[in-house]
Amino acid sequence: MSLVPEIDYGTPASRSAEPVTLTIDGQQITVPAGTSIMRAAMDTGIQVPKLCATDSVEAFGSCRLCLVEIAGRAGTPASCTTPVAPGMVVSTQTERLKQIRKGVMELYISDHPLDCLTCAANGDCELQDMAGAVGLREVRYGYDGESHTKQEKDESNPYFTFDPSKCIVCSRCVRACEEVQGTFALTIQGRGFDSKVSPGALADDFLSSECVSCGACVQACPTATLSEKSLIEIGQPEHSVVTTCAYCGVGCSFKAEMRGEELVRMVPYKDGKANRGHSCVKGRFAWGYANHKERILKPMIRESIDQPWREVSWEVAIDRVASEFKRLQAKDGRLAIGGITSSRCTNEETYLVQKLIRGGFGNNNVDTCARVCHSPTGFGLSQAFGTSAGTQDFDSVEQSDVIVVIGANPTDAHPVFASRMKKRLRAGARLIVIDPRRTDLVRSAHIEADYHLPLRPGTNAAILNALAHTIVTEGLTNEAFVRAFCDRDAFEYWAEFVSRPENSPEAVGLLSGVSPDAIRGAARLYATGGNGAIYYGLGVTEHSQGTTTVMAIANLAMVTGNLGRKGVGVNPLRGQNNVQGSCDMGSFPHELTGYRHISDDAMRGTFEALWGRKLDGEPGLRIPNMFDAAIEGTFKGLYVQGEDILQSDPNTAHVVRALSAMECVVVQDLFLNETANYAHVFLPGSTFLEKDGTFTNAERRINRVRKVMTPKNGKADWEITLDIAKAMGFPMHYDHPSQIMDEIAKMTPTFTGVSYELLEKEGSVQWPCNEKAPLGTPVMHIGGFVRGKGNFLITEYIPTDEKTGPRFPLLLTTGRILSQYNVGAQTRRTENVVWHDEDVLEIHPHDAEQRGVRDGDWVRLDSRAGSTSLRATITERVAPGVVYTTFHHPETQANVITTDYSDWATNCPEYKVTAVQISPSNGPSDWQREYGEQAERSRRILKVAAE
Amino acid sequence: MSDDNKLVMMANQIGRFYVPQKQVEPVGAIATHIRKFWDPRMRAAIITHLDHGGAGLDPPVREAVQRLKERA
Repeated sequence: MSLVPEIDYGTPASRSAEPVTLTIDGQQITVPAGTSIMRAAMDTGIQVPKLCATDSVEAFGSCRLCLVEIAGRAGTPASCTTPVAPGMVVSTQTERLKQIRKGVMELYISDHPLDCLTCAANGDCELQDMAGAVGLREVRYGYDGESHTKQEKDESNPYFTFDPSKCIVCSRCVRACEEVQGTFALTIQGRGFDSKVSPGALADDFLSSECVSCGACVQACPTATLSEKSLIEIGQPEHSVVTTCAYCGVGCSFKAEMRGEELVRMVPYKDGKANRGHSCVKGRFAWGYANHKERILKPMIRESIDQPWREVSWEVAIDRVASEFKRLQAKDGRLAIGGITSSRCTNEETYLVQKLIRGGFGNNNVDTCARVCHSPTGFGLSQAFGTSAGTQDFDSVEQSDVIVVIGANPTDAHPVFASRMKKRLRAGARLIVIDPRRTDLVRSAHIEADYHLPLRPGTNAAILNALAHTIVTEGLTNEAFVRAFCDRDAFEYWAEFVSRPENSPEAVGLLSGVSPDAIRGAARLYATGGNGAIYYGLGVTEHSQGTTTVMAIANLAMVTGNLGRKGVGVNPLRGQNNVQGSCDMGSFPHELTGYRHISDDAMRGTFEALWGRKLDGEPGLRIPNMFDAAIEGTFKGLYVQGEDILQSDPNTAHVVRALSAMECVVVQDLFLNETANYAHVFLPGSTFLEKDGTFTNAERRINRVRKVMTPKNGKADWEITLDIAKAMGFPMHYDHPSQIMDEIAKMTPTFTGVSYELLEKEGSVQWPCNEKAPLGTPVMHIGGFVRGKGNFLITEYIPTDEKTGPRFPLLLTTGRILSQYNVGAQTRRTENVVWHDEDVLEIHPHDAEQRGVRDGDWVRLDSRAGSTSLRATITERVAPGVVYTTFHHPETQANVITTDYSDWATNCPEYKVTAVQISPSNGPSDWQREYGEQAERSRRILKVAAE
Repeated sequence: MSDDNKLVMMANQIGRFYVPQKQVEPVGAIATHIRKFWDPRMRAAIITHLDHGGAGLDPPVREAVQRLKERA
């Protein structure tokens, strides 16, 4: 094994299609117009010395090391800033250049501490490399330069240090922060010899600055100035493995850089097609949970939830699972048990869990956490287009002219994609934000939305209908597209519907609180501004009209012809790393892999033949239905792989009642999560670092997950499922996850071309990947829809039954923050708590003043479902009448507040609209205290020798 | 599951989407949606609720549940 090599071409690739031929050091080469001489040279294998250039940022031309000579031109231009020209003859190595470079390096080294042997970058330092490359043998100015060694290191960031003495002021970090991340947190302070990289004002350090710890600066730094603390502590890695991040649905590719089985650092992989070499604080740095002391590594059982856990062998634990599930089925019937697949686990693991339930349990009581996030996307888009997934790849945003972001906060929840989107916005794309909150996208560094429609929560469908009304009634319909690709009758019906007065911006403005002029302006911009792309998140789906709103989005894209090419499309931003994959793998109770309904006898028969089991043709219970059935007494056993339903699902008290009513809850996870407080068997899970498999991200991209260390718990998650299946009398035989993928490909029309061999070759592919598209499908619906003609559906606005009133006059909406991930089970066990160690309630100054609430006060949050207490933060990010919080911390249990209301088609909970009241409080509520005590009792572990 | 009100509310929600649709027969579409996505015990419960008078069911939803019952 060795380090995965990556070539730094010095400057970004040119997108020009025009070829230019030139000669460099006697070699003729043809490159795209606009390519720098430096990059063209690297294309031929000639590495021009450089320090300030790297191919993740635009050329800067400051270090004066990459000079070249060009025949017929005077001087020694910098190769990074000089574009190629036809017939150009370039020399990269001449006596004059050698002397200049040596002189430059002498100046650098005269002011650089020469502590190379003890430097963290020893062996991976570009300054060191360049000294070697230019043949530096002496420094005429001596070694007693200023060296800035007395300047204090900034070690405030938990993950990396800034050592100004090592800085050569190349500005790569500053430019990476601007160009790659788009935060503009760094600057060069001072002039001349006093120039220094600074995170904002004089008083700021990295932690107190605007820095979001994405790591782009660390990645760009050519010396040890910005270094990972893990690298400083452990030393240089000796091998690396390309794998996929296990956090959000962007699915970034990383190199896991290793020393033996110890992870030194995660470095974003430049060839990763989702992230293109960028990262966020979670994927780049927040992997410490894998070694956290609270991780459970041994199976445990107990007779009842008031008892402490008892460590047992794998055999005993698996036997307990199987014997209990069999007992419950014998007592309460075949349908009395079920399971939940994990969107944090791999496709292969998810496939196995649903196979176990359908084949081993003999029912379809299988669901996944997509139920509570993007299930409306699956159903809505399948009805409109014929597929249950987004239409584009992430690269597509680079060709968008108008970007519409609805109910999503990518800056926090999908940060790497947000950076790519912001880069396009800074280049001139226009922006429409539809969100109750004034999110970062509305106005931040060098970005300002053309329109922000701050709608009242729950009025999404109405707003989208009003946008459509404007487009249709003002003659902005893309008639050619509709005529060619859409069902004409459906369009006519829909056009008549949206044209009605009740869908006008003026009428909708009254109920949504959005200015009719803004609605009309936004509609005109989307319809006429060029390539229009819609990106949306859980602010769309987690409503009683979630599916209707997804359909309304599809209608807008169709009526404007914004489908079937780059730069456009309907793009759901998926929450967890493998939400798309878990849905693809047949995790829903009504369908098998590839979204095929379980009632299809012929299709089901192919699975029956392969698995050797008769399968039930009736849909099973969805997660909320499982809870209801448990309380009713007909559902008694649950296998939960990698999901914390107690913390993440709505109406916590209801979930507690349901779990308490079950006789055997099996939790497979890394930690004793909140659900485990009500479990009878705990099976320790493995991290993404400890297993092979694949994740499918929000752009349908199937990416490899590669094992870099032995599972600390002894088994990968897929192996645990195999053990349960065998004990249940439904043995499955796989030696490696690649064989599971082979079975998935065999059984799933959209996956028939997928194999580990292909993924090794291509890096990743986007489904559909089959005989029609052997290398996958970056953009869907080119030249027609999967279902045939695009289907316009009537999307009548129906207000939610969750109403505000005198008792509950405010609307609560929930979401995520950058540093934490979902229920926080992973990120709360990392240094990310430095940024967010508790959930807080955002409240508008007007609402706060009315209630006598000051910033930082404890407040009580009441809804019809329950109460909790948390601290308030007063901000104008939320509109008057709206409050907001996150759900990352079990001490808060934000879902104590949320209700049972759900989407009409899918039962996706209505997290985004809860009527609440706020009142001053002295601290945590009685319920929180009682819950905390119960959780503590429940986590007791009797340390006994394994049986 | 014994909470009939919840099932009635869910069924009516489905009904309110399909009733305005022009290209499907609403009662049939409501029945199909329930048949495709509701577990058999939920379908049995809503049919039982109809047998007990069907309180709260909107008229087209009532018809759809009746149709489910006839095909059960």
